[in-house]
Amino acid sequence: MLLDSKVPSGPLEEKWDRHRFEQKLVNPANKRKFNIIVVGTGLAGASASASLAELGYNVKTFCIQDSPRRAHSIAAQGGINAAKNYSNDGDSVWRLFYDTIKGGDFRAREANVYRLAQLSLNIIDQCVAQGVPFARDYGGLLANRSFGGAQVSRTFYARGQTGQQLLLGAYSALMRQVASGKVTLFPRRELLDIIVINEQARGIVVRNLINGELESYEAHAVLICTGGYSNVFFLSTNAMGANVSACFRAYKKGALFANPCFTQIHPTCIPVHGVYQSKLTLMSESLRNDGRVWVPKNIGDKRNPKQISESDRDYYLENKYPSFGNLVPRDVASRNAKEQCDMGKGVSDTGLAVYLDFADAIKRDGKDTISKKYGNLFEMYEKITGDNPYETPMMIYPATHYTMGGLWVDYNLMTTIPGLFALGEANFSDHGANRLGASALMQGLADGYFIIPYTLSAYLAGNSFPEVSTSNADFKESVNNCSVQIQKLLSIKGKRTVNDIHRQLGHIMWDYCGMSRKDSGLTKARIAVNDLKLEFWENITITGKENNFNQALENAIRVSDYLEFAELMIIDAIERQESCGCHFNEAYQTEDGEARRNDETFCHVGAWEYSEENENPIFHKEPLLFENVKLTQRSYK
Amino acid sequence: MIKNINLTLKIWRQDAPDKEGRFETYEANEISTDISFLEMLDIVNEKLIIEGKDIIAFDNDCREGICGMCGAVINGRPHGPQRGTTLCQLHMRHFSDNEVIIIEPFRAAPFKVIKDLVVDRGSLDELIKTYGYISVNTGGAPDGNAIPIPEEIAEKAMDAASCIGCGACVASCPNASAMLFVGAKVSHLSLLPQGKIEAARRVLAMVKKADNIGFGNCTNEKECEVTCPKQVSIENIARLNREFIKACFCSTAK
Repeated sequence: MLLDSKVPSGPLEEKWDRHRFEQKLVNPANKRKFNIIVVGTGLAGASASASLAELGYNVKTFCIQDSPRRAHSIAAQGGINAAKNYSNDGDSVWRLFYDTIKGGDFRAREANVYRLAQLSLNIIDQCVAQGVPFARDYGGLLANRSFGGAQVSRTFYARGQTGQQLLLGAYSALMRQVASGKVTLFPRRELLDIIVINEQARGIVVRNLINGELESYEAHAVLICTGGYSNVFFLSTNAMGANVSACFRAYKKGALFANPCFTQIHPTCIPVHGVYQSKLTLMSESLRNDGRVWVPKNIGDKRNPKQISESDRDYYLENKYPSFGNLVPRDVASRNAKEQCDMGKGVSDTGLAVYLDFADAIKRDGKDTISKKYGNLFEMYEKITGDNPYETPMMIYPATHYTMGGLWVDYNLMTTIPGLFALGEANFSDHGANRLGASALMQGLADGYFIIPYTLSAYLAGNSFPEVSTSNADFKESVNNCSVQIQKLLSIKGKRTVNDIHRQLGHIMWDYCGMSRKDSGLTKARIAVNDLKLEFWENITITGKENNFNQALENAIRVSDYLEFAELMIIDAIERQESCGCHFNEAYQTEDGEARRNDETFCHVGAWEYSEENENPIFHKEPLLFENVKLTQRSYK
Repeated sequence: MIKNINLTLKIWRQDAPDKEGRFETYEANEISTDISFLEMLDIVNEKLIIEGKDIIAFDNDCREGICGMCGAVINGRPHGPQRGTTLCQLHMRHFSDNEVIIIEPFRAAPFKVIKDLVVDRGSLDELIKTYGYISVNTGGAPDGNAIPIPEEIAEKAMDAASCIGCGACVASCPNASAMLFVGAKVSHLSLLPQGKIEAARRVLAMVKKADNIGFGNCTNEKECEVTCPKQVSIENIARLNREFIKACFCSTAK
């Protein structure tokens, strides 16, 4: 298979403009003849649904939650980048483009990232017009703050709830179209299959989560906007329902999956407290501006932190990285915390935490100043842990929270299945091997508001569509297959719960395919995951019925996909014999322990094609060409 | 400090909307006080699965207090005893050893029980669908700084906009009123210059819709404000009333 990125030729700055002009359009009167399916209602799905309906298409929108407003975009805290240069500090579209490419450790497509930076300007305007209450200065103009990986202030924010406010903006635009009759909403539905007829994506099969019925819907194109797969690690900062199923089932139907091993681990999360922990909560990384990270110098020192004298403490980041200290990038901070805990120096009852200490900052700046900066975070921390960070050091530990990998898409956001598009975190396109803070919201909205309306129209105008209905044999066959799988899951009647297996999968992935990876560990993990998959299909037990509201069954379906997907992640990690961004193979590091890329052999996107059950997937390469930036080695000296 | 407690749970079980419900008793033993309320329910459910019994259905998703999906009535209080806290952020350290905890779904006529603790809050989406928006299409928006907004106005709008749509206000109100929910949306949008253009039409449409769905009126019980996990103020109900009166007498909107 030839992977054609369809990136337009010509100067970087003109590509998107020219591409838009060269695209075919759908006559306004003809738009109502097309049905579009959108799966997922996060920033990408909600903005795409609303924008396409406004143009006149008939949109059917699906989500697993009871309301589209609950998609996990809502939990994003920090902000959204835009190259507005309102701060007059030297920002530009070019600089945002460059920061994003470099932050991604040169493993993203130049043209896509440049377009993202261009569209960032429109996003802010659109959101303000919808009534998103961004923070403002006393003069009434929009406020900006700085964020990780950038030297300019270009991040727009709404307190610590930026994701919530942007999503509510997109949701309200979506609901307006529901009112107009152009969008039909299908909440509490989970995608089980994508229907491909004559090599075109023409519909989906979903499970109605209320009554368990399998429902079929046809369309002229299908948009997957179902987010990332961090929950493959069991514990992550993602919502409980976040899953890989839609993307994975698209992959099984022929869509290529790109860079699955690129997963980002955030260094400042509230640590695991015990076996029954269900998820991890992220604390803004701004805390590292004033907090000092340390562990006891001596292994097994279980004293109260206050009793541990300065000479018995190891401020390992400050010692190891004297110039950047506690402010090293996310991946470095995360790897070092794990290393300390692996040595047995971790704190808390589990040994899987390090201290983030504000005592010196409070002594230096006073409690009031610290409270002004971090008050709400300290409060949140106390709510969850019961400890007061003003009195005792915080405990933190890294957690998975974003996945850069996803369905392979071309410049038009179309996967390798014609008519199947992937938007937002579900695709792989813009963040390379590492995403910068405040860029995820930007990408989701750029894809949904400003890219898909053009590229989808071009697809619809440029193709012919034979008549298809849900009574077609392909739909019936798919419904039948899904039903067989569900009955099989319910009939196993073994001894282990699905959560128990999922937890074990999480441990395997975290230990061997997490922050730092080795070939030997990855090989071991592949065997372990396979064994676990076999055990899952022989020894799980689910209660409840097929045709009923059954959360145990929902979970089992998701975990069955995670078990297969985990192997793909491991295969991809083994294939990429270099370190880049968040993919850190211990064999490839600089003397300072930083990721060492191999641009000669691995400057490409690794995309995987499903072959057959229990067969190795087929590897495809999309070479990355850098015509506008020079590839450099990251350094934190 | 890890401490374990034993609890007796009396949980509402209901198989389907049209079936009769009942309380059933469960023992939850050796529960670490460090875990969250929903994690405690996870443990009970894991045990039920192993025993071959149907698990207790409850809605949840983000488990960090922002998606608004979770919620149940704990000992008579929606989201439980902690002020400004969603059920997923409520931790077991707030309960004592051998305590009996009564867990019920949100109860209000417009929220039908789907199963056990899961209710249908689609009526809140209906309210947003009925003019809970500013009518702008994608594209063509003026520059974000074209209309300055006083900082204190933006902050007030943000206070109102922080509603997570969980429905606890309705569940806590003796009238099952959605005035805090509607008030928050009306306030958020009518405070901002962008939303003022349609303010009169919006408030009239949303209030009418709330009435039609069957949400009650506000009689100043103030339960909603106490219960709201985001501490949205009843000031927003006052603003809703003002906007409503203004729209009735000073606008041509119907």
